[in-house]
Amino acid sequence: MSFLQKPKVSHSGLPRNELGLSIRDYEGSMSTLCAGCGHDSVTAALIQAIWELNLPPHTIVKMSGIGCSSKTPAYFVEAAHGINAVHGRMPSIATGANAANRNLHYIGISGDGDSLSIGLGQFAHVLRRNVRMLYLIENNGVYGLTKGQFSASADLGSKAKKGEVNRQPPIDPVTLALELGGSFIARGFSGDKDQLVPLIKAGLMHDGFALLDVLSPCVTFNDHEGSTKSYAHTRHFDHPAAQADFVPRKIPIQAVYAGGEAIPVALHDGSTVILKKVAKDYNPVNREEAYQYIQEHRARGQIVTGLLYINEDQAEFHTLNGTASGALRDLPYADLCPGAAVLEEIQQRYR
Amino acid sequence: MNARVNDFVVKIANVNGTGSASANGLLMKAIFRMGIPVVGKNFFPSNIQGLPTWYEIRVSRDGYLARSGEVDLLVAMNAQTYARDLAEVRSGGYFLYDSTWPREAEFARKDVTLLGVPLAKLVNEAFTSPRARILMKNICYVGALAALLALEPGVLETVLTEIYADKPKLIADNLRAIELGYQYATRQFRCPLPIRLERMDATADCILADGNTLAALGCVYAGATIGAWYPITPSTSLMDAFKDFCEHYRKDPVSGERRYCIIQAEDELAAIGMVLGAGWNGARAFTPTSGPGLSLMNEFLGFGYYAEIPAVIFDVQRAGPSTGMPTRTQQADLLLAAYASHGDTRHVLLFPANPAECFSMAVTAFDLAERLQTPVMVLSDLDIGMNDWMVPKLSWEDHRVPDRGKVYTLDELRDRPLFHRYADRDGDGIAPRTLPGVHPAGAYFTRGSGHSARGTYTEDEAEYQEVLDRLRRKHDHAKTLVPAPVVRRREGLTMGVISVGSCDAAVLEALDRLAREGCELNYLRVRGFPFGSEVEEFLEQHTRIFVVEQNRDAQLKSLLLLETGADRDRLTSILHYGGMPIDSRSIVSGIRASLEAGKAA
Repeated sequence: MSFLQKPKVSHSGLPRNELGLSIRDYEGSMSTLCAGCGHDSVTAALIQAIWELNLPPHTIVKMSGIGCSSKTPAYFVEAAHGINAVHGRMPSIATGANAANRNLHYIGISGDGDSLSIGLGQFAHVLRRNVRMLYLIENNGVYGLTKGQFSASADLGSKAKKGEVNRQPPIDPVTLALELGGSFIARGFSGDKDQLVPLIKAGLMHDGFALLDVLSPCVTFNDHEGSTKSYAHTRHFDHPAAQADFVPRKIPIQAVYAGGEAIPVALHDGSTVILKKVAKDYNPVNREEAYQYIQEHRARGQIVTGLLYINEDQAEFHTLNGTASGALRDLPYADLCPGAAVLEEIQQRYR
Repeated sequence: MNARVNDFVVKIANVNGTGSASANGLLMKAIFRMGIPVVGKNFFPSNIQGLPTWYEIRVSRDGYLARSGEVDLLVAMNAQTYARDLAEVRSGGYFLYDSTWPREAEFARKDVTLLGVPLAKLVNEAFTSPRARILMKNICYVGALAALLALEPGVLETVLTEIYADKPKLIADNLRAIELGYQYATRQFRCPLPIRLERMDATADCILADGNTLAALGCVYAGATIGAWYPITPSTSLMDAFKDFCEHYRKDPVSGERRYCIIQAEDELAAIGMVLGAGWNGARAFTPTSGPGLSLMNEFLGFGYYAEIPAVIFDVQRAGPSTGMPTRTQQADLLLAAYASHGDTRHVLLFPANPAECFSMAVTAFDLAERLQTPVMVLSDLDIGMNDWMVPKLSWEDHRVPDRGKVYTLDELRDRPLFHRYADRDGDGIAPRTLPGVHPAGAYFTRGSGHSARGTYTEDEAEYQEVLDRLRRKHDHAKTLVPAPVVRRREGLTMGVISVGSCDAAVLEALDRLAREGCELNYLRVRGFPFGSEVEEFLEQHTRIFVVEQNRDAQLKSLLLLETGADRDRLTSILHYGGMPIDSRSIVSGIRASLEAGKAA
């Protein structure tokens, strides 16, 4: 990952959010990914979403593992701390960081290699723990930095750039997350920013682990004919099932959406997600039905996208633990050390 | 034979899963309460029920805490191991066995006195439930031993009453079983035996505790809030103890909210990742593990070293390689720990020698990890971690303030528009850090990839090397911060012993014995890595040095040769690596043999 300082270009005409910050204030350093990389579109959607949410930049924590996707935390919100861990192990860093301070906004960026091969174990367990964070997989079915090997999300029959055909069944993070008990499961496409930005916002405000699988084509190694993760293929087979409209807490819900095929879901900060069924027969609050729907459509080659499952009532990591509401890292030492008198008392047991 | 008061070893051979631990604990505690120094070693199988297990109790009026290498009285409760148990008794010793089924013909040693007690018969007549019959058989031998060794029955009763304060019904059963054994032994044998107990006043300022429990207590006192772990023998009881302490002392008195977070990870890779994530975010976090876990943690330890993140790791060492012997002790992770992970990495290590040091070094480890912004490993072992040792009572200064290291505060960040994460501000190799969420001016990107002093990604030779060189300076600086070695020396002596960790007790006894035979040696026990100037000086000042350690490959000696100016020809290894805790006898004979060989040559 190289480091290129992006010149700060700001003009007075730029819109400002509630904190008085322009979208430029949420950018990072210059991307060094290939021109046209889906990941850069995801970065742009992230910047847009965080800016619109009015989050103070330094309250965000960016985390990643290793790979093309894992470089991207350097490309957004420069005024936030970031940590680029070892390959496939970002979930454990995220869990520990969240344990230390539950009151920041955690964003993990991973890829299909990072989350579904080397990091499949940690991905499964951070999800089971329901650690509050947005976990975004930039999924392109291929290893880019090592030049074009299939990843675990490559579809059966998908063709590599040099012609090799994938013969192993893919791991789909969405159905896996449904099976493992995920509380927020969504899929987007880097080429559809209108769909993606509300998904990111809803994920960031979700009280638990929010999985957002984003199909993000690799222009260099996996955007050819015969690939099932190309721009053309994804666009053609994209099957939006449930659209998410994110409503900040200050706006009354009725004013935004008036009835119909919609389910409002209240998020922990008081904002709301309005789930609109794009597909009439889709039910995003029923795990079994969602699973069946996605599998049936996959059998037909269709890629189901949108906010596919949400359950705001599933207890998140700290609720399960019963942790103090303040950040553990900020607790005064006097509240942590029992002192000399107690030590004396404890030692009576060892007499 | 002459009486040997307060100086003998009782070894109990049993089958695991029969509740013998309570009986042995009771015996130990009662001796301790009589004011007599005592230490217990548990040799148990990696199994839940049905395999042989031994418990060795050493009574030592001189306060020696290691194994002596001899058994004076063997309580044989396991017919499977009768033969080897009998073979272990010293000449003139005693062999107590369950004579419900007489086997005297098998016991072909004329120099050992057989003490047959029909334990099963006595207990079966008195108790009806099958479980009680199994458990009380063990308590019954405690009664017999009380008579044979002159253990004060009143003390036994007091201890028993305390242990079962919550279960009064058990007290009556236990007392009855004790009485059965006591009466039988009194009637049948000349009690007490020449090996016997006599009240002393040598334990009043001591406690009887294991290292894992006291390490956990150290974590509580250090202010650790996050523990992440994957269960592994012999470190598991450390997190169990931490949890117990936190349940009592770390809950908000009003809301009941927890001021701690324990995470049982999916594996050791995740456990250390969680610890690093928490440490990076400003909390004190730790993980207990053992060799196989440490092997898995290597990649992340390199990350912690290079990205400069505080973390505390307790490695309760067991016998390797690979799965090795999970319930046997060793000191064979020294080299792995010192240089864990690929690339030029080097770590800070602490070596406790007993449970009391597990407490104090746990506290030190968190201070050092945050001061040096790096993983710090406390290398304990199974012997220290899981056995009850007699150690001086722990003390605590209420005005103690933890060293949280160099962290820019909110106020400092407000006035600091430009922050460079890896800049050596003070020339000690330690660059001040910032915590997430405090102020935008503190933001930086932490990475395990090449980075410059500014914290930016780099592939530039000079920028990369600048950081790597500073890391070396930082590690060198740690020499002055790790606990200093303990040195016992007299001017003029040219020979010395260097040792580490749990060898200490055996070395101290061995040195006393050698001195009595006219062979005096100085002694240095290393307590931290990197080695400081005291170690260098000791190496220079002695022409013959025995390095005592519990592994096959002389890992401490290797570290000394690699990291100091030690002269290879002056160092002789005394190695012990069968998995049982080192005893004083093998050190004495090792040193003696080596000196004799030198004379002969």
